Amino acid sequence: MRPLLCVLFVAWLAAPAAGQAAPLSAADRERALQALAGDDGDRREAAVTVLGGTGDPKWLAFLMALRDGHVYARGQEGATEVLVGTATSTPGDQPVIELRSPYDGAARGRAPLASLKEVAADRRLRVAIKPFLDADETRLQLADPDPAVRRGAAIKLGNQADARSASVIETALAREGDGWVRHALAEALALIRLGGADLPARLDAARALGGLHSTTALPALRAVARDPAAPSALRTAAERATGQIERWAMLTAAVETLFQGASLASILLLMALGLAIVFGLMGVINMAHGELMALGAYATFVVQNTFRAAWPGAVDYYFLVALPVSFVVAAAVGVILERGVIRRLYGRPLETLLLTWGASLIIQQALRLWFGAANVDVAAPRWLSGGVPVMVNLTLPYNRVFIIALATLAVAGMYWLLFRTNAGLRIRAVTQNRGMAGCLGVRAGRVDAATFAVGAGLAGLAGCALTQIGNVGPSLGQNYIVDSFMVVVTGGVGKLAGTILAAAGIGGLSKGIEPALGAVFAKVAILVAVMLFLQRRPAGLFAARGRSAEA
Amino acid sequence: MSTYSRRDFLKTTLVAAGAGVAVGAGLPAIATAQSREPIKIGVLHSLSGTMAISEVSLRDVVLMAADEINARGGVLGRKLQPVVVDPASNWDLFAEKAKQLLLQDKVAVVFGCWTSVSRKSVLPVFENNNGLLFYPVQYEGEECSKNVFYTGATPNQQLIPGAEYLMSKEGGGYKKFYLLGTDYVFPRTANKILKSFLLAKGVPADSIAEEYTPFNHQDYQTIVGKIKRFSSGGSAAVLSTINGDSNVPFYKEFANQGLRAENAPIMAFSVAEDELRGMDTSSLVGHLAAWNYYQSVESPQNAKFVNAFKAYAKKNNLPGGDKRVTDDPMEAAYFGVHVWKQAVEKAKTTDVDAVRKAVYGQEFAAPGGKIKMHENNHHAYKPVLIGEILKNGQFKVVSRTKGLVEPEPWSKYTSPDKGCDWVGHQGTYQKKA
Repeated sequence: MRPLLCVLFVAWLAAPAAGQAAPLSAADRERALQALAGDDGDRREAAVTVLGGTGDPKWLAFLMALRDGHVYARGQEGATEVLVGTATSTPGDQPVIELRSPYDGAARGRAPLASLKEVAADRRLRVAIKPFLDADETRLQLADPDPAVRRGAAIKLGNQADARSASVIETALAREGDGWVRHALAEALALIRLGGADLPARLDAARALGGLHSTTALPALRAVARDPAAPSALRTAAERATGQIERWAMLTAAVETLFQGASLASILLLMALGLAIVFGLMGVINMAHGELMALGAYATFVVQNTFRAAWPGAVDYYFLVALPVSFVVAAAVGVILERGVIRRLYGRPLETLLLTWGASLIIQQALRLWFGAANVDVAAPRWLSGGVPVMVNLTLPYNRVFIIALATLAVAGMYWLLFRTNAGLRIRAVTQNRGMAGCLGVRAGRVDAATFAVGAGLAGLAGCALTQIGNVGPSLGQNYIVDSFMVVVTGGVGKLAGTILAAAGIGGLSKGIEPALGAVFAKVAILVAVMLFLQRRPAGLFAARGRSAEA
Repeated sequence: MSTYSRRDFLKTTLVAAGAGVAVGAGLPAIATAQSREPIKIGVLHSLSGTMAISEVSLRDVVLMAADEINARGGVLGRKLQPVVVDPASNWDLFAEKAKQLLLQDKVAVVFGCWTSVSRKSVLPVFENNNGLLFYPVQYEGEECSKNVFYTGATPNQQLIPGAEYLMSKEGGGYKKFYLLGTDYVFPRTANKILKSFLLAKGVPADSIAEEYTPFNHQDYQTIVGKIKRFSSGGSAAVLSTINGDSNVPFYKEFANQGLRAENAPIMAFSVAEDELRGMDTSSLVGHLAAWNYYQSVESPQNAKFVNAFKAYAKKNNLPGGDKRVTDDPMEAAYFGVHVWKQAVEKAKTTDVDAVRKAVYGQEFAAPGGKIKMHENNHHAYKPVLIGEILKNGQFKVVSRTKGLVEPEPWSKYTSPDKGCDWVGHQGTYQKKA
C-alpha cells in the first residue's frame, strides 16, 4: 500500500500548481469514496490524498466535513453511498438528518440518523487531511481583507519554507499593497529560495534577507553559514546577512526596552498621580486609592455593557465615554469619603490611614456583592487591540501607546490646573500654609474636598486605563496599591516632579533589569533599590524644604 | 401413638432455626434503624479570599453531588449531611478546619483543597487522625498519601500529552518550547518534568526556555518580547502554567505584539472554563489547553451533568445562575463524591480503612468519560483531551488520547526510581533497577 501512496503523492506533486489539477474521473472518485467508507486505514489515507490532491475547493469542503464528523455512509458493504450530513432535527422521537451528495452538494433527502453509519475521521485520517486544508486556508488568508491576517499567513509560509508555495507567494506579492505584508511575503519568498538548489538565487536570497532584517531567517542563515557543503560565496553572503540582522536585532531590542520602560512608567505615573496629590496636599495616606481605581474600572465595565445593550453599533467607542464617566464616578465617591469622614480626622495621620483602609475594604466588598467575586470581562475596543509595526520586528501595542498619551495628558492637565488657574493657586496656598491661607479668605475645607475629588478622579481614570491591560475584579486595587505607594514615597511627598521622575526611574529600571534577570528578580531588585535609596534620602527625590515642610 | 417422628422433629427444628434466623436478621435491622442518622461529609474549600474565585465552584458541585445521592436514597440507607467550612484561602486555617472536621464533626470523608500548599498543610492532619480526603485538582505529583485520593490529573495525564500533541504532526510539529509559569511549586515542578521530557525526546537544550513571574504579575511586555525573538524562525510554542489573574494581561500582550496562535500557540495547563468566564476571550481564541474534561465534551453523562449543574445553580440562587460553566476540577470533584459513595456501598461501612480498600479499582461513568481509580496508587485513570479555546469561552476538543492514561504520581522523567503503591508497598517505594 505504501508504494501506491508514494506514487499518488508524487503524482500530486507533479501536478501543476494546486487548484489547476486535473479533475477527478468518475471512476477514481467512486473508488476513493468507497475506500473512505471501508475499514482499511491505508486505503482510506490514499483516498484522502487523491481527493485533496485535486485542490478543488469543493473536495476540500468535503474533507473538512469529513474531519468534523459530518460524513455518513448508507447501504451495503462495497456498494455504499457516501453522503454529507447537514442539519439534524428531531421531528419524532428519532433524530433525522438532511443529506447531500459530496462534491456537487445535490440534496439527497433525509434519513433517520440511526440508519446511517458515520464515516469517522480517526487521528490518522485527520493528520492526512490537515495539509490540504492548511494549504487552502493559507491561500484564503492571503486574500483576506485584513492585513494582519495576510501577514500572519505570509509568515507561516515563510516558516514552512515549502518550495511549492513560491508561485502562490509571487502572485500575492504582485497584487499586495500593504508595506508590512509585502515585507513578510518577500521574506517568505527569500526563505524559500535560500533553501532551493539554484546558487545565484540562493545568493540573492541571502542578501535580500539581510536587507530585510529578517530575524525569522536567522536559524536558516546560520545553518547555511555553518554548512561545509555550501559554496564559499554563499557562506560569506549568509554570514554577512547574519551580522546585518543581528545588529538590527540589537537596535530593535534597545528601542523596545525603552518603549516598555516608558509604558510601565506611564502606568505607574497614572496610578500614583492622584495619590501623590492627596498625600502631598492633605497629608492623607489614602489606602482606598486602589479601590477608587477599581471603581473606575467597574464604571468602564458598566459603560461598556450599556453600549452593548443600547448602541451595539457604536460599541467600539464606549471607551471614550468610559474615560470621563470613570473619572466622575471615582471623584464622586472621593467627595463623599472626604466630606463624610476624612475631614473629621485631619491632622491625625494614623487614624486616617486606618479609616481609609476600612473604607477600602467596604468598597471592595460592595463591589464583590454587586458584581460577584469573579472577574468581569471588559473587551478592548478594536482601535486599542493589536499594534502598529514601526520597525521590522518591532510592534508597539496600541493600548500601551494610548496609556502613555493618557498619562502625559493627565500630567499636563495637573500642571495646568495647579500652576495656571486660580483654583490651583488656592490649592498650593493651602498646601503651603493652611492657617495663613484661611486668614486670607481661602475656604480650606472646600479646597480639600475639590483636591480630594481630583485625586480620586485620577484614580478612576487610571482604573479605566488599566482595564485595557489587566483584569477587572474586586481585588484589582490591591494589586496596584503597593506600586503606587512606592512611586509616591520614592518621589518625595508633595512634589509632582518627584512623582514623575520616580515613576520613570522605577519603570525604566525594572524593564532594564528584566530581560537579563527575569521578572521575579527584577521585582526584588527594584524593592531593594528603593529601600537603599530611601535609606540615603528618607524624604524622597524632591523633599519639601523650608517652612512649608511643617504645614 | 403419638410418636414424635423424625420428620416432625426436623420440622420443628427448622421452624425454630428459621425463627432464630429471623431474630438474627432483626438485630442488624434494628441497628440500621438506630444509625439512620445521616453520614457527615466535610467540604473544605475557600469561600473567601483570593482562591474563592476557583474554589466556590467546587463546593457547589460537591453539594450538588450530595443532593443527587440523597435524592436517590443516600448511601447504605443513610442520607449525606455536608458540613461546609471556609478556610478563607489561609493555609494555616486549612489545617485547623480539617482538624475540626475530623475530630469535632467526625465526618466520614472530606472533599477539599485546591492549591498544593493547602493540601500539604492538611496532609499531616489527615494522616495523624486517619481521615480521608478527596483532592480534585490537577497537581505536580510527587506525593503518595494513604489518606488522600487524588482525582485530578498527575503530570503525565496533562503536561506530557500537552507537549506530545504540540510535537506531533497533527499538533503542528513544534520544535522549540518556551516554558512560562507563575513562581510557585506547581509550575516549577511541572516545568522540571516538561524539561526532562523534552530533553528525553531529543529537543536540544537551547530550544527550551524557562521563565517565571511573580504572583499577580501584570506587565508581560518583556516576556512577550522574548517569546517573539525566541519564536522567530517558526515552530516555537509556549507551555504556560501561568496562574489566575496574570493570564489576561499575558494573552492581551501576546496578541497586541502581533503574535498569533497559528504561528506560536500557547498550551495552557491552568486555564479552564471557569477562569475564562470574566475574561475578554478575543485574544485567547485559537490557543490550546490540556485537561481531562471540557464542558463541550459530547456524551449523555456530560449533558446531564452540565444541565444539572446549571439547574442547581439557578435553583439555589448561586451567583451566575444558569450561566455557570463546568470545568475539569469540578468534574473531578463531582466524580470523587460518587466514587466514594460506590466504595462505601462496596465496603458496607464508612470506616476509612475499609473504604480506602474499596476505592481501589472503582469505576464510574464520569461526565468526561469513564474513569477508573488506580488499583494501588490512590490516583485515577483518566482520558486526556486537548482543547482549542473558542470565542465563547468554551473549548473545542481537537485531540483525545486513546483510552485511559495510567496515573504516575512520580514522573518517570524526573523520578524514574520511585513508585507509589499502597497494596504491595507502603506508599512511596524505591523501584528496583
